[in-house]
Amino acid sequence: MKVSLGQKILSRNEECASQNRDFFNKHKIVCLNVISSPGAGKTSLLVRTITDLRERLQIGVIEGDIETDNDAQKILAAGAQAFQIQTKGACHLSAEQVYNALKMIDAEKMNLIFIENVGNLVCPSAFDLGEGRRVVILSVPEGDDKPAKYPGTFAGASVVLINKIDLIEHLDFNLQRVLADIHTVNPNAKIFQLSAKTGQGMEAWYDWLKEQIET
Amino acid sequence: MHETMVAESILRAITEQAEKVGTRPISAVISCGQFNTLNDEIMRFAFETAAAGTVCEGMRLKIRHIPLRAACRKCNTVFEFDVYKPNCTQCGSQESQIQPDAPLLLEEIEFEEPQ
Repeated sequence: MKVSLGQKILSRNEECASQNRDFFNKHKIVCLNVISSPGAGKTSLLVRTITDLRERLQIGVIEGDIETDNDAQKILAAGAQAFQIQTKGACHLSAEQVYNALKMIDAEKMNLIFIENVGNLVCPSAFDLGEGRRVVILSVPEGDDKPAKYPGTFAGASVVLINKIDLIEHLDFNLQRVLADIHTVNPNAKIFQLSAKTGQGMEAWYDWLKEQIET
Repeated sequence: MHETMVAESILRAITEQAEKVGTRPISAVISCGQFNTLNDEIMRFAFETAAAGTVCEGMRLKIRHIPLRAACRKCNTVFEFDVYKPNCTQCGSQESQIQPDAPLLLEEIEFEEPQ
């Protein structure tokens, strides 16, 4: 006996994501889901962003890692509220984890909430967390073939940050190829080239953030 | 290994149906888009592991992959999109708009016939 369903498999995650989205809309919070490989500079970028914008904006961070609360400690030291989710092996965050984590910070007081997903260019992109927008970070030392190798992740990004741009002259990184490959899967993505270490290019990223908050 | 969470979600959905139907599930068909990046072997392994000791133990899982499609901005042809050869199959243009990827769906479950 066959039963036809056509039912969404991740419906429970989607229900939770939509609760998160309602919460962000109700409190006029811009929420960004930050996805990259391990070591692309997600935490460094957030630390720099918080340091430069904390006078003007209330920023909260939900950190996702397999183990340790190292990243949340760095965010707290930079002057923002943070809550660390330890996934104990899971390679991505779920909407339910984010829902619970939002209760651990003064979320409703924030203008901007970053969700720093587990470092991984594959799995996080399959799970909606209720974020307003997705930010994918690609760092120059990872190589210029990443948008072609992980098209799904880049296709879902509103913004792509090409980080560690200060290293480009020392490495064989074909920027034109990266820009073309991102354009192929996602012609609407905003792309910023920057360095969280030197500060190069950060102003354009901040302008984009402010635009999101004002609109 | 996001397949683990997918497997747990499939298991939950099948178990709910099995309670309604009242017989053992034998097989299920799921479908997914390209950006779900589901690997067949890992998906089956994750499901087998999750199903052990439940009413779903020993079930077969069929995975149907739905191709990604894009619409050409020049000639409007809708074609199967290959990220590594993104040209329109009709006019050759590289300017196209990818259509939404297929969602992850539990399509069908086959149950044993009631005695």
